[in-house]
Amino acid sequence: MRTVISFNIGLSVFSPLAALAAPPGTHPYDYPGGAWSPYLVGALIGILSMLTFYFSNKPLGASTAYARLAGMLGNVAAPKHTKSLKFYQDNKPAVDWEVMLLVGAILGAFLAAWQGGELSFEWLPPMWAARFGQDTLVIRLAVALVGGILVAFGARLAGGCTSGHGISGALQLSVGSWVALICFFVGGIAAAMLMYRI
Amino acid sequence: MTTPKSPEQSASLPLDKGGPEKDTPERKNFSPKPLVLGAVFGVLFGFLLQKGGVAKYHILIGTLLLEDFTVVKVMLTAIIVGSIGIFSLHALGLVKLHVKPTRYAANIIGGLLFGVGFALMGYCPGTGAAALGQGNLDAISAIIGLMIGSYLFAEVSGRLEMTVMKWGDRGKLMLPELVKVSLATFLMVWIPMLLIILVALDRFTLR
Repeated sequence: MRTVISFNIGLSVFSPLAALAAPPGTHPYDYPGGAWSPYLVGALIGILSMLTFYFSNKPLGASTAYARLAGMLGNVAAPKHTKSLKFYQDNKPAVDWEVMLLVGAILGAFLAAWQGGELSFEWLPPMWAARFGQDTLVIRLAVALVGGILVAFGARLAGGCTSGHGISGALQLSVGSWVALICFFVGGIAAAMLMYRI
Repeated sequence: MTTPKSPEQSASLPLDKGGPEKDTPERKNFSPKPLVLGAVFGVLFGFLLQKGGVAKYHILIGTLLLEDFTVVKVMLTAIIVGSIGIFSLHALGLVKLHVKPTRYAANIIGGLLFGVGFALMGYCPGTGAAALGQGNLDAISAIIGLMIGSYLFAEVSGRLEMTVMKWGDRGKLMLPELVKVSLATFLMVWIPMLLIILVALDRFTLR
């Protein structure tokens, strides 16, 4: 038997006290976990990193692809203005390795979910609905939009995201990546606690 | 513009940490191979993210609530395996490093903004793509937000590069340099330390 120390405050199933902290349906354990062991998945992502370094001379990273896509749209809507921006002079808006990586990731996740019978096709995450109500789709979409804006701006300023800094930068021992990764969690924990536990 | 000393040169490890990650004018001889490889690696990446469960809203939010450690376990394992693998390949001369620059102010301010956005969005840039793939349709809104945020950054990129991104710029600084030991020595302490954290997480958390 394994002892479970409960700094894990919200084990609503196991502790009646915890039910106070987590309103019904808002604990992650109320929903299924990953299909595969996190250690297997982590190890395979580590190996995938080695492959991208070896075959593509690139670290895994997701956030710049959104910047390139946005730049391509900008090139259609306001080409002169977009070309005048410093960022797009350094990073040409075009379909590159990272854009393909991102598109591939959408497809790969679809295949995995399809294969595992986990395709969700839902607009509102159940945990969100349990906390904020079933009829809050517009709010959810607005919050996700604002969140996306902050995430992309933050990632560009910090120099990477949870993949670029959190995996690729961290595994190469970049000081800035570890600083950024810690700050991702500090900011995220504060905001998530405000949303779900206070 | 005068830059008295490049932060790149202040780095002391005898390693080639890779050049600046900017576009190089090598587009003339275009070949589809990198794009195809990118797509293949992307499919694998997305497949793994979905199978790990880290594209799920409740698992990502659960991470930030300190109630679900799936994401931490995936990331730590990836970092341990990837670190050993990539530094080994590099020692054999088979790969180039792509060490990210350390800019304390930008890393901290950008990181905190990212974190708050991460909680609101419920996904991060990579897992957001995977979330869309598995059918979480709210990720569409998140992805539109990611593109708007990227463009907004580009709008102010010139000014930010002259200010915030220069504050505490240390170039491609690596942890071993910070504590002034060799890479090998550092890894011999660092990897076991990460392993201990991982084992502790495995023992003391359900998920």
